[in-house]
Amino acid sequence: MYEALSQFAQTWGLLLFVLLFAGVLVYALWPGNRERFNQAAQMPLDDAEGPEGFDTGKGRNHG
Amino acid sequence: MTNIAFPAPRKGGAEGFLIALILIGVFFWSLYAVARGGDPLMEQQGWLIMAGSLIGLIMLVGAFSNGGPVNDESQYAEGVIKAGTIATMFWGIAGFLVGVIIALQLAFPNLFYFADFGFLNFGRLRPLHTSAVIFAFGGNALIATSFYVVQRTCRTRIAGGLWPWFVFWGYQFFIVIAATGYLLGITQGKEYAEPEWYADIWLTLVWVVYLLVFLGTLWKRKEKHIYVANWFYLAFIVTIAMLHVVNNLAVPVNFFGAWSYPVMSGVQGALTQWWYGHNAVGFFLTAGFLAIMYYFIPKRAERPVYSYRLSIVHFWSLIFIYIWAGPHHLHYTALPEWAQTLGMTFSVMLWMPSWGGMINGLMTLSGAWDKLRTDPVIRMMVLSVAFYGMSTFEGPVMSVRAVNALSHYTDWTIGHVHSGALGWVGFITFGAVYCLVPWLWKRKGMWSKALIEWHFWLATIGILFYIAAMWPSGITQGLMWRAYNDLGFLEYSFVETVEAMHPYYIIRAFGGLLFLLGALLMAYNVYRTIRGGVEETEDRVNPQSSLIAAE
Repeated sequence: MYEALSQFAQTWGLLLFVLLFAGVLVYALWPGNRERFNQAAQMPLDDAEGPEGFDTGKGRNHG
Repeated sequence: MTNIAFPAPRKGGAEGFLIALILIGVFFWSLYAVARGGDPLMEQQGWLIMAGSLIGLIMLVGAFSNGGPVNDESQYAEGVIKAGTIATMFWGIAGFLVGVIIALQLAFPNLFYFADFGFLNFGRLRPLHTSAVIFAFGGNALIATSFYVVQRTCRTRIAGGLWPWFVFWGYQFFIVIAATGYLLGITQGKEYAEPEWYADIWLTLVWVVYLLVFLGTLWKRKEKHIYVANWFYLAFIVTIAMLHVVNNLAVPVNFFGAWSYPVMSGVQGALTQWWYGHNAVGFFLTAGFLAIMYYFIPKRAERPVYSYRLSIVHFWSLIFIYIWAGPHHLHYTALPEWAQTLGMTFSVMLWMPSWGGMINGLMTLSGAWDKLRTDPVIRMMVLSVAFYGMSTFEGPVMSVRAVNALSHYTDWTIGHVHSGALGWVGFITFGAVYCLVPWLWKRKGMWSKALIEWHFWLATIGILFYIAAMWPSGITQGLMWRAYNDLGFLEYSFVETVEAMHPYYIIRAFGGLLFLLGALLMAYNVYRTIRGGVEETEDRVNPQSSLIAAE
């Protein structure tokens, strides 16, 4: 049981983790996602609008 | 967005009914435990639980007495976050105070020792301190900020009507039950998982509702993208649910009594406990507070996060690696050596995502570094991230087996934990509170900027005293324990090592006292800000409207 599990972890487990990490890197660095992530980075700064508050001048229109 | 022009308040009949059913169930369970349970400790807990369920029912009736709770979808829910902010402050001060007391007890063992009052003993106050600062102070900060951030970044009101309030009060109820249990001597003896089975089941219920409220809010979001802070919060909520349930699997001795037997025992029990324990650090004290970092630092600095791409790599690598690091708590034990090595290896690998995250947090200030000089709140949050970097550097070093041979069971561990807890968790939470209070109570800023400065310096110097005492103390302790003479006998008796610690323990208690004083200044500042009349203040925040902006 131990032999089988450690064998699995050291081969397929390792491969799975490397592939997952590669997948995350590809997703994060994919050029087509650049604009989406740049917009996402602005999300916390965009919510100060509204009649009661004031426009910080950094807000974007959504939709 | 049709309901902005015509807000349609909704009456929460169904959820009110369900919450009432839960509370009535708890009431009858505790009634039986008091009357027929046959466990004298549980009897005392039972009275408290009964009182809690009755107060809950009265509050529920109060919520419905004015025509039902208003659930206006054109506004963010802020009441529950206000309550959470105040609870964070309250439990923080309670937890720091108990910390100072037990630090003094270690320096002066006769302090507060009464043979007839067991509840004042170090052994009972210590879990009170750890639970109060981690779960009560930290947990309330996480629940309050997560409710704030998820609404704002999803641009929608929180889901669930009354349920967020159930999460808030249910969590306070858990804290009170757990804390009074410790004082009575009820514990299952697992570090950071001391509450017994009945408190654990209650927390499970509250936590599942928390998860559903959070998921429900994500589900009805008006923004396509889920902001990175919400990913960290979600990982925190889901993983804590999993850890809590698995580590607390137990069979009660009596369904109306306090005690239980754990399902896992021996080395399996130990491994499960430290899988839980280290991931409580990884997902409660790290992932959750990283979510605070990813929202509040950009917000306060008025700069977007340095690299959103790095934040994605940070998130996925952190959560995949952290979950394996637990076995480093069990070096040189009955745990198989390969499992110890695995825990050590993953701990060392954690350097990468931790420092990636630290760089991302710090570099968010690029172009706004002048704020470090002018804004004490920014300075707090930056110092927090610096402490995050420092303790996540130190942690992997200590997880290496050879280093651990010296550091384990010594005060070095205590120093390490407090540089993370006081430095990272404490300061990022203080920073978030200093942002939240003016936002929520619609003030121009905090009442006094000078008091924030005082808080910053008192707390910083306090932490420095603390960790500067614990490092030499721990290394001295470790070296004395393993010193032996030419004949192979131990050089020092245990009591000699305790004696050597005495000056360090006094310095440590002094550091903790400074940290507590800083928090008291903060409480006064928050009180003055909430009370109103903040007209001219040097501390300025950009106002945050309660109204949900139209698309």
